Amino acid sequence: MTMELDVFVGNTTIIDEEVYQLWLDGFSVADAVKMRLENGALGECEVSGEVLHSDTMDQYRTFQMCERLLHCPSKLANQLLFQIPAHHQAMLIERYYEFDHMFAREVLGKKLSKGTKKDLDDISSKTGIALKSCRRQFDNFKRVFKVVEELKGPLAENVQHHFLLSDLLAKDYAAVVFFANSRFETGKKKLQYLSFQDFAFCACQLISYWTVGAVDNMMDDMDVDLEKEFLHDLKDLKVLVNDKDMLDQHKSLVCSQLRGRIRVFTEMEANFKNLSRALINIASKLTNTKDVRDLFIDLVEKFIEPCRSDKWTAGDLTLFLTHYTSTASTLETYRYQVIWERYMGVVKSCILKMYHD
Amino acid sequence: MPGKLKAKIVAGRHLPVMDRASDLTDAFVEVKFGNTTFKTDVYPKSLNPQWNSEWFKFEVDDEDLQDEPLQITVLDHDTYSANDAIGKVYIDIDPLLSSEAATVISGWFPIYDTIHGIRGEINVLVKVDLFNDLNRFRQSSCGVKFFCTTSIPRCYRAVMVHGFVEELVVNEDPEYQWIDRIRTPRASNEARQRLISLMSGELQRKIGLKVLEMGGNAVVGYLQCFDLEGESGLVVRAIGTACTLDKISNTYAPASAINPCNSSPSKDTKDSPQAVPSALGCRSTHSSPVHSASSRLSQGFSVSVPTLLFAGMGSGGSAGKEAGPLKALLRQQTQSALEQREFPFFTLTSFPAGFLLHVGGVVSARSVKLLDRIHNPDEPETRDAWWEEIRQEIKSHAKALGCHAVVGYSESTSICEEVCILSASGTAAVLSSRFMQDGALDMDHRFEDLAPPGCGFCHIPYDELNMPFPAQLTYCHCCRRFKVPDVLFTTIDLPTEANVTGKGCLIQARLCRTKKKAQGEGNATAISNLLPFLEYELHTQLMNKLKLRSMNALFGLRIQISIGENMLLGLASATGVYLTPLPSPGGIQIAGKTPSDITYEQHISNMQKKINDTIAKNKELYEVNPPELVEEVIGSPIPEPRQRSRLFRSHSESSDEVSELDLSHGKKDAFVLEIDDTDAVEDIHSLLTDAPTPPGFYSCNTEIMPGIYNWTSALQMFTSVRVFRLSNVNLTNQGLNKVFNDLCENLLKSLYFKLRSMVPCCLCHLNFTVAVPEDELIQVAVTAVAMSFDKEQTLENGRQSCDKTLMKAITENEEQLQFPLELTAESSSNPLSSAKGLSEVSGALPSARAPSVDYSSFTDRCSSWIEQLRLKAHTIRRGSIKTMSSLEKASPLPEGRSRSLRSNRSYAGGSVAVVKMTPLSFIPGTKIIKYLGIINMFFIRETTSLREEGGVSGFLHSFIAEVFAMVRAHVAALGGNAVVSYSMKECVFMENPNKNQAQCLINVSGDAVIFVRESELEATPPQPQSASTQTSSSGEGT
Repeated sequence: MTMELDVFVGNTTIIDEEVYQLWLDGFSVADAVKMRLENGALGECEVSGEVLHSDTMDQYRTFQMCERLLHCPSKLANQLLFQIPAHHQAMLIERYYEFDHMFAREVLGKKLSKGTKKDLDDISSKTGIALKSCRRQFDNFKRVFKVVEELKGPLAENVQHHFLLSDLLAKDYAAVVFFANSRFETGKKKLQYLSFQDFAFCACQLISYWTVGAVDNMMDDMDVDLEKEFLHDLKDLKVLVNDKDMLDQHKSLVCSQLRGRIRVFTEMEANFKNLSRALINIASKLTNTKDVRDLFIDLVEKFIEPCRSDKWTAGDLTLFLTHYTSTASTLETYRYQVIWERYMGVVKSCILKMYHD
Repeated sequence: MPGKLKAKIVAGRHLPVMDRASDLTDAFVEVKFGNTTFKTDVYPKSLNPQWNSEWFKFEVDDEDLQDEPLQITVLDHDTYSANDAIGKVYIDIDPLLSSEAATVISGWFPIYDTIHGIRGEINVLVKVDLFNDLNRFRQSSCGVKFFCTTSIPRCYRAVMVHGFVEELVVNEDPEYQWIDRIRTPRASNEARQRLISLMSGELQRKIGLKVLEMGGNAVVGYLQCFDLEGESGLVVRAIGTACTLDKISNTYAPASAINPCNSSPSKDTKDSPQAVPSALGCRSTHSSPVHSASSRLSQGFSVSVPTLLFAGMGSGGSAGKEAGPLKALLRQQTQSALEQREFPFFTLTSFPAGFLLHVGGVVSARSVKLLDRIHNPDEPETRDAWWEEIRQEIKSHAKALGCHAVVGYSESTSICEEVCILSASGTAAVLSSRFMQDGALDMDHRFEDLAPPGCGFCHIPYDELNMPFPAQLTYCHCCRRFKVPDVLFTTIDLPTEANVTGKGCLIQARLCRTKKKAQGEGNATAISNLLPFLEYELHTQLMNKLKLRSMNALFGLRIQISIGENMLLGLASATGVYLTPLPSPGGIQIAGKTPSDITYEQHISNMQKKINDTIAKNKELYEVNPPELVEEVIGSPIPEPRQRSRLFRSHSESSDEVSELDLSHGKKDAFVLEIDDTDAVEDIHSLLTDAPTPPGFYSCNTEIMPGIYNWTSALQMFTSVRVFRLSNVNLTNQGLNKVFNDLCENLLKSLYFKLRSMVPCCLCHLNFTVAVPEDELIQVAVTAVAMSFDKEQTLENGRQSCDKTLMKAITENEEQLQFPLELTAESSSNPLSSAKGLSEVSGALPSARAPSVDYSSFTDRCSSWIEQLRLKAHTIRRGSIKTMSSLEKASPLPEGRSRSLRSNRSYAGGSVAVVKMTPLSFIPGTKIIKYLGIINMFFIRETTSLREEGGVSGFLHSFIAEVFAMVRAHVAALGGNAVVSYSMKECVFMENPNKNQAQCLINVSGDAVIFVRESELEATPPQPQSASTQTSSSGEGT
């Protein structure tokens, strides 16, 4: 005695957000029913497991049928099969494309290839996110990447146009795409303390200030790649450490500004030349693709770690970087203000974001 | 040559990939009407082809226009091999033939393939130029309007109601032709779909001719059915009510204020209610239930089954002396008007005011036939004779009830192998002659004064002294002048003017009976022997459940009997109400046969207590609190003699000794349930196991629910299908009953759970269909609509859940032109919170007629769409300061450049118009301004990869969704925004899991309409829109 067939179809597709989340999280029907029973979110309705099972099955089937459409969200709005109210359409899309930051952190900077997909079960066991869910998130990354990779125009907006996502989510995707494209190193042990958010912020900075699109809004810009010319120009900044006079002058200007205002003044004074050299070296090497990839590990190893070992506070660091940047511009013989500020603006905010335990 | 049909193929979209190598498709379209075919050019390498064809013109007879559908086939061009079919669209052009319906068909249609389902969409334009045909002997009936709605359509006025029209056509079923062995399943399915489409067209045309002959211009309550007889053929038959309708030019009282009169019974009680000797609760015209009068027709075998008259019956007739002579005169007049008709039947279930005078009770007739005995299966004569016979029987039953007409009439069949049960049922009634002949209007008015509208229909139409069956009559509790029965069963909807106390509820009687497998005549005899028992027990169950809810009348009664190889299923559904004019029902009394045993008595008293508790609970739940006090104070000082009506189970023949025991409780009549065997215990259990509806839910199978008026616009039509497999254990009748009962109860429970977000709400028009598709399978299909209503309390309590608020806000703001775009761009790091703050992007349809064909999509969709967004982003940047500022806050950097994202998301919903669907004839809070034509669609879906499509459930789920989508698309293409009186008349599901195959046939029908919100009608013209103009679809729940 079994229920052979059991379906419910509404003229307006009924969508239970809770079940949708369970489906997205990769739970099986049986597990989802169990969770729903435990959650007791069913309120006053006294329902049996049977009713819940039937309802969950219906919902899962609906989601499976919708999944094809969700791969191209604009289709969802003009397909005829399901009549879904606009606010539910938005919810379906947004939730489908939402991802776990834990997961994204693992994939960040990796090539979105079949090889990486094979490693998903490792990521799944490491993060505790169901493999099914990992696969969906990975496929989403890949799909978004493929679509926007070759497109002109602002990256986040492209993502938003094509996938109808919210601003925040679109920005996160822009970060993922940007990292995947430039293949930044994020997996080193020393970088493990950094969260997805940290990197997403940095990506946003890089996209906004260092890419071709950053200079000229009107140009057919490519947001995915850093501007070659700018990277080349960065070599000129070397003068700041190579020219001994300038280095000393820079140091004394910074020291005069910071004296008495930061706790680690002596350490700073002693280390000034090293720190400055580190930042300038990073800048001058960025013409090599390999060094671009190592940008974050370099920032950590060469700058953040020394500061951390001297127990700089975030406030100290902010003051230092602010004055380090501004005083250089006042150097009489220094001719690269524009490049300098473009470089330091991003490096400063990245370092500040990355400077935590 | 009276017509020119023109079609234009505009574009396609979302086509499937037909060429694996290029991941693209080279699509072209064949447009066929009758024997003429046109082709478009091949649009190479695209999934979104833009054919933009010329106008293809077909010059055709209007006869063909009515019969034939326009056939559109989308194909993939293949240079080397045969072209592959992608799918088809059948367009019924009938709506274009009536001047009052649609003028053009234009829109996106799903491209449907019987094996793959929907495969992309195609945009088509269709027009018809009709020339006047003055030929008197024409074969066409263009212009006759058809309505599925079983009442006078909302924007029409009935001038005349002519009466019953019926027609039946037969053809060989393509599935059973020899050629079917060699052709593909696809070809076979398409042949069948096309044939049925043709037959429906022909049927409609023939009925139209009959209507014109009668002088009418419309068919209301059009009910078309298919009988898949198998070897002997495929029958398409239809019945309806011919009318002359007049379009109401403009002002018409909105239909939403339903049933305004729920007044207390009138107090001018002149007479005291007279006590009438006790009578049986259940009446049947035959003395013994095992009375099967089998008669043989010249062709073949036939068993006519004795019929039950479910009547609770009325009074009236002879009682009112003052009104006597006039009434008699009127009756004569009406009678003569009706006697001119062969069958004074009406498929209507609700009537114009003053049309329905009295209701007698339910009349039904069934007959068992053998299909393999039809002499000439290709001709309709035999089936015509069968139905004729049944209709005659119905007619004579109605006569026996003192009625000259049958209303709420319907016919159905159940087929299993070569055995076929034909059933017909309706409600015997007395009608006013007002709509049937000219003149006599004056008298009608005077007559109306005599019979108060709130109770008049309850008054018995038959002679009190010459009653067709024993009935217990009392004076009407409203007017106190005419007699009314104690219980009233009808197949019609509750008249809007009826006096009702409290709310109503769905009452179902379910029964399963095993049957030995047999062949031919033996089988037919066995079935016809079982039928009376089945009906009797269904009736008993209905009565008991009615009493349990303290109600005294059933409306919308529908009894379905379905036959299988080894069982018979019976399902009776109706809506119980407490009619104020009728006497209050007594309780239910349980009596034991052996009162010696103490534990036994204990058991009985326990049960009695349970029953009493349930009755009390139900009274509260349904707010059934008739003004008893009034009655007792004003009523007769003579104490009512204790009355008792006994309820007999069919096994236990009347046992007189029980009547000696005084078991009645209270002052009311009590139903006595005798517990003489274990079966009875089961029965009482089943009586009590019907789970009460959860709080906030009501249910009925009629159009309206008494006691609920303030509907909101939220409605959800749904179809749910379940198939239950019985294990091959030999089940007893009891076991089967329980399985069947649980199946129905669980289905209801599931529905309540699924629709919990709509509470408080009422499931209306709950229409159950049962079938026995195979030996051990029971199939139950339900189509209904859930409608929310406002309780005053809920309004004030405020909205608790965020979800509800959103839903509400959207429905409430439907009329607003612009919904504020609130994009919460908090710089929060948690994207989960961003999901919650999702922008509520919701515009509104700027006008009611927004079934927009998205012309923008004819050009490259994607890029144009981005362009649109850009534009919009621009306007928003300028227009909305709020959005910008919040974004600035979010940005941690000084404005290096303004690259922050604009809230320019749109769900581009404007391209798909919302189409509401409902089985009811109206949509609350709206006014139907135009009927665009009948929707009558038949689809077959087959699969040979059942597992891959998610098993039987996955298969049927997507098929039903596809059917909905196709209905919506057709309605939108006609320019409509809703389907009313929607029904799924057939859902035949067959599977063969071993072969990984399944097939399903679905037939749906309804009326395509344009509605406007009442608030829109009253409102001033829309204000000019602000900067950002693109419309997005309204997010209303349909």
